[in-house]
Amino acid sequence: MTAPSVTTSTYREAIRAAIREALQRDERVFLMGEDVGRYGGCYAVSKGLLEEFGPERIRDTPLSESVFVGAGIGAALNGMRPIVEVMTVNFSLLALDQIVNNAATILHMSGGQFNVPLVIRMATGAGRQVAAQHSHSFEGLYAHIPGIKVVAPATIDDAHGMLWTALEDPDPVLIFEHAGLYNMEGELTPGLGPVDIEHAAVRRAGRDVTLIAYGGTLGKTLQAADELAKDRIEAEVIDLRSLRPLDTATILASVSRTHRAVVVDEGWRSVGLSAEVSARIVEGCFYELDAPVARVCTAEVPIPYAKHMEDAALPQPGSIAAAAREVVGSGG
Amino acid sequence: MARKKAAPATTGHGLALLREMVRIRRFEEKCAELYSAGKIRGFLHLYIGEEAVAVGVMQALTPEDAVVATYREHGHALARGVDAGAIMAEMYGKVEGCSRGRGGSMHLFDARRRFVGGNAIVGGGLPLAVGMALADRMRGLDRVTACFFGEGAVAEGEFHESMNLAALWNLPVLFCCENNLYAMGTALSRSESETDIALKAAGYEMPAWPVDGMDVLAVEEAATMAASAIRSGGGPHFLELRTYRFRPHSMFDPELYREKAEVEEWKQRDPIDAFAGRLRARGELDDATLAALEDEVAGEIASAVDFAEAGTWEPIEDLTRFVYSETSSP
Repeated sequence: MTAPSVTTSTYREAIRAAIREALQRDERVFLMGEDVGRYGGCYAVSKGLLEEFGPERIRDTPLSESVFVGAGIGAALNGMRPIVEVMTVNFSLLALDQIVNNAATILHMSGGQFNVPLVIRMATGAGRQVAAQHSHSFEGLYAHIPGIKVVAPATIDDAHGMLWTALEDPDPVLIFEHAGLYNMEGELTPGLGPVDIEHAAVRRAGRDVTLIAYGGTLGKTLQAADELAKDRIEAEVIDLRSLRPLDTATILASVSRTHRAVVVDEGWRSVGLSAEVSARIVEGCFYELDAPVARVCTAEVPIPYAKHMEDAALPQPGSIAAAAREVVGSGG
Repeated sequence: MARKKAAPATTGHGLALLREMVRIRRFEEKCAELYSAGKIRGFLHLYIGEEAVAVGVMQALTPEDAVVATYREHGHALARGVDAGAIMAEMYGKVEGCSRGRGGSMHLFDARRRFVGGNAIVGGGLPLAVGMALADRMRGLDRVTACFFGEGAVAEGEFHESMNLAALWNLPVLFCCENNLYAMGTALSRSESETDIALKAAGYEMPAWPVDGMDVLAVEEAATMAASAIRSGGGPHFLELRTYRFRPHSMFDPELYREKAEVEEWKQRDPIDAFAGRLRARGELDDATLAALEDEVAGEIASAVDFAEAGTWEPIEDLTRFVYSETSSP
């Protein structure tokens, strides 16, 4: 048996391929959002799809987040499998009513009669000097809400496979694509198909400390782990992948082995995703801990424009490694 | 836009319209009574005074069409054919309710009747209706989505976004704006720079006109004309149905914002009395027929209450059911 061959792809190309395959596979699938057609997508994810599939299935919308997200919900309720692209998480706030009050509630509120098989994709995150209004990380805010699922692909395979799985899901799935990842290159496993979207993955094995990250911070966290290895600290790195549901079992199993944990989140620290992960560790394996859980989050400021200030506001490999050293007690 | 006078209804049809309006009226009166008795809780918004709107519009729809309604939707649900017992059980919070007791008064759902809620965020149902219509268009189905909302929704951004997209994409939506003049306690003239709602909708390049919402035949005719045009590919149509709610906004409303005289004046135009009068004048209704009709309706409502009373509570173990689907969809 030969190992499956691999091809090189960017994160962007992996998503585009996944959308194209979904459109070919299922006539109920269509893509709609701002500038997804003629422009080719704000991040060029959907470039070429309009020419290939036509304007009925690659739908440019007005700048009306609430109605095109709500229309996605309505179309999903009525037999279609829409992929709605909200250009960035920042603009998704204009559609929050539809996501929270309709997509997330209708199945439960209708006593199980109406499910909403909708996929919403959006770019998220900071790090590109686009200042406060274009640098939000609201994954944690959405992960707060029962009734939707929230995933954050951090690898090329997940960028491709998670969309497939999300489209097969009978309920709304939000996919957060960190804008800093679109140019990332890597290996895409051919014929991958749908991937599990309920479990975290151990991206690097280690025995001394568990570093928990997702999406845009996974790469920085793996860099931090490389740094730590030079000091003979073997960090285990967990990629959460799914933010709702959270795979508590994988987190607890790792922390129970390493006895130390650092949670990395590009969201703000207060009342956020990192607080939830920390709480689950404390609730689930408090007596396994040899040190308090540490967190590396974005500084509690609107993200500034100037590069040195923005860099200082965000989790970085150095700050992640420093937090890990502190937890391990080696002091670096 | 001027429209010709409504055509006279046939005898049987006229009585059927009257009966539907009386069903809603008596059902709502029973709800008020049951609310006072503590059987129904939460928010309760009664449709009394507005019956001609729901009954008239529903005449234009087929079973394959869909309805998206508001939080004042008992009348829409009844007129659409949702079982009165299932609606009453829903308000009791019983598992036999049309939403298993999960939704209550404001969130009636019935997949068999293609009744897609019961939406309690003002304006929140419009984008859904646009999407339902988009799906029908993309699937090549000759169906209409009727979307009810109050004039208060006109102030919401979602209204304008929905008007624009429905018109831009030529989608089969019948927008039914129930203009009862008050958004809770805020009069239209206190909230809109332009109070001609049909004119606003027309600004989105869709046929739109005002209709006397106290006249069930006028509503039926307008809705039938609009639905027929929509089915012929005419894109979205907009009816501004001018009506009035005789009761307070909800059970908690002291009605400080309107004069009693105004309410009394509108009650002189009671859609049921007016239509019954027309039927009598045409010799299609007499005291005995009306009494029989009332008896029949009273029986249906008594059965609905019995059904709700006899209903059961959903087991608490089921609390988390249907947060997510239990089986994957095909």
